[in-house]
Parts: sequence; structure tokens; C-alpha cells
Amino acid sequence: MPQMIKVTMTVNGEEVSADIEPRTLLVHFVRDHLGLTGTHWGCDTSQCGTCVLWLDREPVKSCTVLAAMADGHEVATVEGLEVDGELDPVQLGFMNEHGLQCGFCTPGMMMTARWLLDHDPDPDEATIREAISGQLCRCTGYENIVRAVRWAAQHPRTQPTEQEVQA
Amino acid sequence: MTSTEPQASHDTAAAPEATDTLTEAPPKETPTISSPAGNPMGFGRMLRKEDARFLRGQGHYLDDLVMPGMLHAAILRSPVAHARISSIDTSAAEAHPQVKAVITGATLEGLNLAWMPTLSADVQAVLATDKVRFQGQEVAMVIADDKYAARDALELIDVDYDVLPAVADARKALDPEAPVIRDDVEGRTDNHIFDWESGDEAATDEVFANAEVVVGQEMLYPRVHPAPMETCGTIASMDRVTGKLTVWSTNQAPHAHRTVYALVAGIPEQNIQIISPDIGGGFGNKVGIYPGYVLAVVGSIVTGKPVKWVEDRSENLSSTSFARDYHMKGEIAATRDGKILGLRVDVLADHGAFNGTAQPTKFPAGFFHIFTGSYDLQAAHCKVTGVYTNKAPGGVAYACSFRVTEAVYLVERMVDVLADELGVDPAALRMQNLLRPEQFPYTSKTGWEYDSGDYPRALRLAMEMAGYDDLRREQAEKRERGELMGIGVSFFTEGVGAGPRKHMDILGLGMADGCELRVHPTGKAQLRLSVQTQGQGHETTFAQIVAQELGLPPEDVDVIHGDTSNTPFGLGTYGSRSTPVSGAAAAVVSQRIRDKARIITAAALECSPDDLEWERGRWFVKGDPSQGRTIQEVAMLAHGTLELPEGVEGHLDASVVYNPPNLTYPFGAYICVVDVDAGTGEVKVRRFVAVDDCGPRINPMIVEGQVHGGLADGVGMALMQVIAFDEDGNCVGNSFMDYLLPTSMECPSWETGQTITPSPHHPLGLKGIGESATVGSPPAVVNAVIDALEPYGVRHADMPLTPANVWMAMQGRPVRTDLAVQ
Repeated sequence: MPQMIKVTMTVNGEEVSADIEPRTLLVHFVRDHLGLTGTHWGCDTSQCGTCVLWLDREPVKSCTVLAAMADGHEVATVEGLEVDGELDPVQLGFMNEHGLQCGFCTPGMMMTARWLLDHDPDPDEATIREAISGQLCRCTGYENIVRAVRWAAQHPRTQPTEQEVQA
Repeated sequence: MTSTEPQASHDTAAAPEATDTLTEAPPKETPTISSPAGNPMGFGRMLRKEDARFLRGQGHYLDDLVMPGMLHAAILRSPVAHARISSIDTSAAEAHPQVKAVITGATLEGLNLAWMPTLSADVQAVLATDKVRFQGQEVAMVIADDKYAARDALELIDVDYDVLPAVADARKALDPEAPVIRDDVEGRTDNHIFDWESGDEAATDEVFANAEVVVGQEMLYPRVHPAPMETCGTIASMDRVTGKLTVWSTNQAPHAHRTVYALVAGIPEQNIQIISPDIGGGFGNKVGIYPGYVLAVVGSIVTGKPVKWVEDRSENLSSTSFARDYHMKGEIAATRDGKILGLRVDVLADHGAFNGTAQPTKFPAGFFHIFTGSYDLQAAHCKVTGVYTNKAPGGVAYACSFRVTEAVYLVERMVDVLADELGVDPAALRMQNLLRPEQFPYTSKTGWEYDSGDYPRALRLAMEMAGYDDLRREQAEKRERGELMGIGVSFFTEGVGAGPRKHMDILGLGMADGCELRVHPTGKAQLRLSVQTQGQGHETTFAQIVAQELGLPPEDVDVIHGDTSNTPFGLGTYGSRSTPVSGAAAAVVSQRIRDKARIITAAALECSPDDLEWERGRWFVKGDPSQGRTIQEVAMLAHGTLELPEGVEGHLDASVVYNPPNLTYPFGAYICVVDVDAGTGEVKVRRFVAVDDCGPRINPMIVEGQVHGGLADGVGMALMQVIAFDEDGNCVGNSFMDYLLPTSMECPSWETGQTITPSPHHPLGLKGIGESATVGSPPAVVNAVIDALEPYGVRHADMPLTPANVWMAMQGRPVRTDLAVQ
């Protein structure tokens, strides 16, 4: 058996530890070791962006990050967007504006959209398009994803989340 | 044919400025009746049921599934395009501590599984035994404890290849000196697969001989790949005790797969269950059965454990179903004043190393012979020759409606070439030649019976939305300044919803679809479909069909699909056939329930069924609306003790098989505006106006979303996407670094509009929309770019119109875009 290392990180606010192969990619760690299969994998070359999650509150393509590099850091995935049974405005925007069809790129798109709105609460179309330009969607032609993010911008959360309060 | 007024959709009406669509929420269509949950009681905008799980990351795609004791497989693939295998040494891989089994062609020969039938009556190697015939062909499978170990062990397999010359250029496949690729077939001496023709050759030749104007153009529809975001994969689990095989796989046609597994593996069909879980996009890529699927079954038989195989992206792009690869020589005949008289075309079709196209048996070139398009011609004729090359097999994938894509591209480019020859406006030339409403139903010169249409109205609407005349004025001004702006028009007619059983089958399976509706005692229902959604939203739209026909709230109808043991037989989702075929089945099965509900209501009210009248969701006594029974009340009565008339069984279930009497013929008019950088050849799509007519729309939100996606496909194919090969047969488009897909930056804000012309033979008038935009948009983009290059005298250049290819065309040196050599 290959040599293993221990990693410990915070995922969606909870501390997790696991013994893994050093070469384990972060995308495989969250999917296969933690069972958080909302983060997807879609290419070998960091082009498609279906694996986007947050590492220390920044979107990253988790197929190009080793799980070992996340040791001691904070990871957030799509499964953490819903808080106390309340969907994030981004999730509501994607539903209301039909921003998803097959749903495969959606988690990555939403993680980037949430990050964008956290930094620019009222982005225009060009800003939204640029923010998601590193991620591919084959179903929507991007139009309704842009509208979904605009919808979320127009319907911000009324209450800050616990994480936001702490931040 | 009656039809409603044309309209531009909310996001586009007089809104050329894209940002306008974003400043305020678009008005929503308001349905006349709402369900208790606020959904439309039938057709109308309804948010999707499937979103609840996808938005939370709780979808269940193939690679999300884990079975107890599951092993992981990886495939060793050929690094070369054509070679004889002299030896395979798997001993080191087998000695790897985490490896459970290694399967080679020799293993399969022992099981008589080395070859499998394709969907076009050819055979394909599951694992190479004698030769490899394309780069990326399957050579061995390793099964291990985990996916990393399986990949490691691939490196330990030693294969000796004696490399042979490869056929990478389809135009050389029939040269006498070309190496024979398919020498597995005894007596084969060349790479010829088939010759096929349609139309009246003599009549066409006569029209051409007497025509005032004849103009020809060679063009390539290059090889592309649909590249859904989720790659293909499977989990196979063979229960050694019961003999039952369960296969979870990324597939669009579970029932067809079940039958093929039974035929290939000899497993009794009742012992096979195919489950298609959530699918991360299909577009035709997930119709066929790939060697990896069969190998996982073999792996499960060998190891006694469930075996998962999921391909990586380069495997997806280099070995699974590609699309197009049509080399076309078109000729168009016309009068000097612009009346189109005839069309003829000679096609060389590259089918790769195995003939694995998925299409109705009688049509080796798919529905390409719909190439007369939307025009009234005197004669037409096409010849298609299929050839083998040392490239991946496939041919019909990527939302092409069985090669209507290639046909539409051909005719829409030819009309622009004619416009250029005659010096007339391409939109005006189309308007002059479009079929007129009174000509429907129209039988084309190649035998298609177009069901309904009002083509000029759709084109007029598109031109109004685009502000066509203003655009031409703007273009003229820009040309004065040396700026390159282009306006491209395309008009398309599709034939979708395959198809009538007596004409259409795949592998002998007629293309009818079953549907079952069970209304439970409490008035809640389950609808069981043979088709499989890959993002189209069937769980929502099929519930809306039941709501429309039966008045059951759509939230009360659970749509069950994608599992052969829980759904009736049918051919699956591709060729835009779900709504035309399965959607018709859902309507008819609902109507059967409604008819039965009438009898039960009459029994309950002690009146004649003839005395009853229907309003959505309720039968009532004519003239006394207070006397009646809702469908929910009928459901309980049907399961209760009410005495029913002689011959009427209890319960409220029904099943049907729908055999479509004809194809449906959606159509549309598209206008694309581009700006081309004269210094670099870079094309920017500034605007895209799409008017689609797919008949009534079950859920306008979903229809529009599908149009958006198809338009992005068109921009991608026209400007970016190509699976090219070098002269040795190396695939140079097998990653997303080389196979470029459009991002949010390449796509404009789409402007959509609609006209509604119902199909006269579909029970709800529906025509299907899934592939319309993918079919119709590429010629609009290409026509726009060529229009922009008018000052350079460019009449044609092949897709993809990358900056380099555009620049070369501007220099008068067009390139072969399918070959990675100049």
C-alpha cells in the first residue's frame, strides 16, 4: 500500500481529518473521502471549472489542488451554500432564472457567483461574464446563468450568515 | 393551419442593447389556471422540479454512486492510429498489489466478446486483438481497489506495436494504395463502407443543364465532439447467484442498451436492469454503447464485484462518439432573377474505424436528404459515400437530428453562395424562395412530408427583431471606413421525432415509445417514461403534459424514467424525439385516463357518459356544473367499491405505445451579426437573433433555455471547435486545451423570438426543440463571417473560423481545417 499522510481541514465549517495518499487531489478528497459529491470533475486540464470550490474563501479549481495543500485550511463546497434550510440567493437565482439544465456545472458556477457577489454586490453583465469565464457550461449558453446572478444581486440575503458575522 | 401571432420574447423586444435584459426582471407568463402549489395547471412557465436536488449538490450522477465492495477500472489505449499488436505483457500489472484483474483482447476472445455489434450493423472491437485502428482505441482494462491504483497499473502493461501507415485524410481513404483498415473482415480490399443516394438524379441533371445560373462550392463540416460536462462512465454489477446484471451508466437510451447487452453478452434480457442516473449532459454522446461499458460488465463477471469505469476528458474526446466529418460538394441551380431550381450534392462521409453511427437502419446518411431545406425546388439529388479512416468511430452525435445539421449547413451556405453570385441580399433571396404557408403539407423532392409551417412570417419577425435594414446601413458605413462587419442569415427546417415504425428502427428496434400513467387512490400519479432526460427537464414538462390533459396538478405527478425495470420499453432521448414521440404518448395515456374517468363519473352520478362535459380536472353534467366529479374523486372511486359498468375494470391506470405517423418539422429563422478584426481575423459575435417555431411550448422557460444552449453550440462549432488529426492519425483535439468550447465571453446575450405553428398530427401539436438551435445556428455565424469578408472576395471558408483560419482566408489561402498540417 502506498505511504499515507494525515490531513486536517475545515470543510463547510466542520473539522475533518483523514489518512490519504499524498497525491490525492482535493476534488477527489471531498468527493470520495468526504462523500460531498456536489463538487464535480469534468476535465484533466483545469479548463472546465465543474470542480470549483472555495479554499480559504477564494474559488479554486480543486482538480489542480492537492488535498495536502488544503491541510490546515478552510474549504467550502456547494453543500454549504444552504444555511439553516434557507437557500442562498444564488441558488434561488439559478432556480428562478433557469440557470441550470443538466446541473453538472452548476455547483462550480454558484460558488463563483457567491464569491463575486460577496466582493461586488451589484455586478453588471460584463463583470458576471468575466467572473464565470473560466468555467464551461454546455446547456445554457450562459444567458440564464448571467440572469441568475443578477437575480441574486437584486435579492440579497436579509440576514447575514453566521460566517459573515464572524468574518 | 391556424397559428398565433408571432412575438419576440420578453428579453428581446426592441432591445438590441444586451444590458437591457438585465436591468429588470422579465415579466413571467401567467397561466390561466394555477395548481395549489402555484404551478400552471398545464402548459406555461413552471420552475423545474429537478432543480431542488441539483442546486444543493444532491444530484446523483454516475460517478457519485458507490456500491458496496466496488472496484475501479481504467483502460489502456493505443498511442498510435494504426498498428498491428505483436504482443501484450500484463504480468507486471497483474503483480501490482492493488490490482484484481487485467483484461485483454485474448481474455475476451475466450468469452466470444472481443467484438460487439455497432448501431449501424458493423462490428467494433471491445478490446483490440489483431490491430489497433485509431489512436485511443481500447487495448486492455485494469481493475483495481481504487482509481489511482488502476491508473498506475496501466503503466505496467507492455504492448509491442508494429506501426502501419494511417488513413487520416478521408479524401485519400479510397485511393488504391491506401492501407486497408478493416482487414478483420475477410475479403475486404478497400475502405469503402456504403454508397447511398436520394432524389431524382436525371431530373436534377436536366434542371441543372437548362439553368441560367449554376454555382458550386466545396465545404467541410468538420469533425466535432459534443463534450458534455460529464464524461461517460458505468458501474456494472453481476450477481453470480441470481444471474442478474445491473448496469448504471451514462446513457440516453436505457431500453435500447438493455437489448444490446442481451444480444452481445447472451444474458437473458429479463435478468438485465439498466439504470441511467442523473446525466450531466448528453447531446448524443451518450446514445451508443462503448467498449468501456462492456468491459465493466466483463470485469464484474470476472471479479464478482461491482466495477466502476469513468473515462477522463481526453478519453471522452478521442474515443467516444464524434459528429459530422462530412466533406460536401454542393451545386445550386437558379434563374438569373433568383428563383432557386435545383440542388445537388456529393458527400464523402468519414465514419472512422468502425461504422458506429446511431441512426435509423434504412438511412446510412441519417436524414441528410432533407438538404433541400426550406425551399421549393424543382429537383434535387444527393450521393453519399461512407469511408473508414483511422479515426474514432461514431458520426451521429451532438444534437444533429440525424445529420439534419449537415444538410442545413449545406443548403444555407449554398443559398449565400448563390446570393453572392447574383449580387442580391441573402435575406431577400431566402424570402423569395421559402415555401409558402399554403404549400403545407409539403412533400419535398427527396420524399419528406413537411407537416406545417409559415416560413416567411418567421423570417420577417427575425428581420424585424434584428433591425435588418438598419444593420445593412451600418455595415455599408463601416465598409466605407474599412471596418469588417457581417450579417448572416439562416433558415432551417428539421425533421425530428423519429419515427414511424415501418420506416425507422435502430438495430431492428422500431422507434415507438411506451408510456404508463398510474393514478393512485388519493389522486396522486406516477408517469413512467421510456425516454431519459439529460437536462431537458422531463420531470417537470411531462408532469405539465399530464396536467394539461388531465387537470392533475403537476406537483402531484411524479415522472419516473431512466430505469428499465420501472419504465415501459422505448428508444430513448435523442434526435429531439422526446416531446414528439414520448410527449405524444404521455398525452394519449392521459386522454385514456380521462375517458375512463368519464365512465366512472357517469356510474357515480347514475347518468350516461354522453351527458358529461370535461373541464380541466373534472367531469360534470352538461347544464348542471354543480353535479360532477374531480379527477381526484374519480381516482378514489376507481379504487373503491363503486359498481362499474360491464367490461370496465377498476383502478385508474393506463399504458400506451405511441407510434408517430410522421416526423414533426420545427423550423426557424436566425440572424447573426459579427465584427471581424481585419488585423487579426478575430471574430466577435455581437448579436444573435433566433426565431424558433416548435409548435406550442409546454414550458416556455425550458424551451428558451434549450435554444440558448444550441446557439452557443453554433458559435462554438462555427468559430472554435474541431477535432483535427495530423497525417499520422494523431488526434490533436483531445483535451479542452486544444478543443476549444465557447465560454461566457464568446457568447452574446441571445435574442429569442417565436412563432407557433402546431403540428397537425401530434396530439398536442408539439414539434420538439432540443436540437433546433444547434442545427440552425452554425450557418448563420459562418454566413455572417463570410459576409464580413466580402471586401476580400472570400466566398467560403470552412469551420472553425478561428482567427488564423479567417486570416488565411483573407489572404486567399484557405486551409484544410480537419488536418493539422498546411
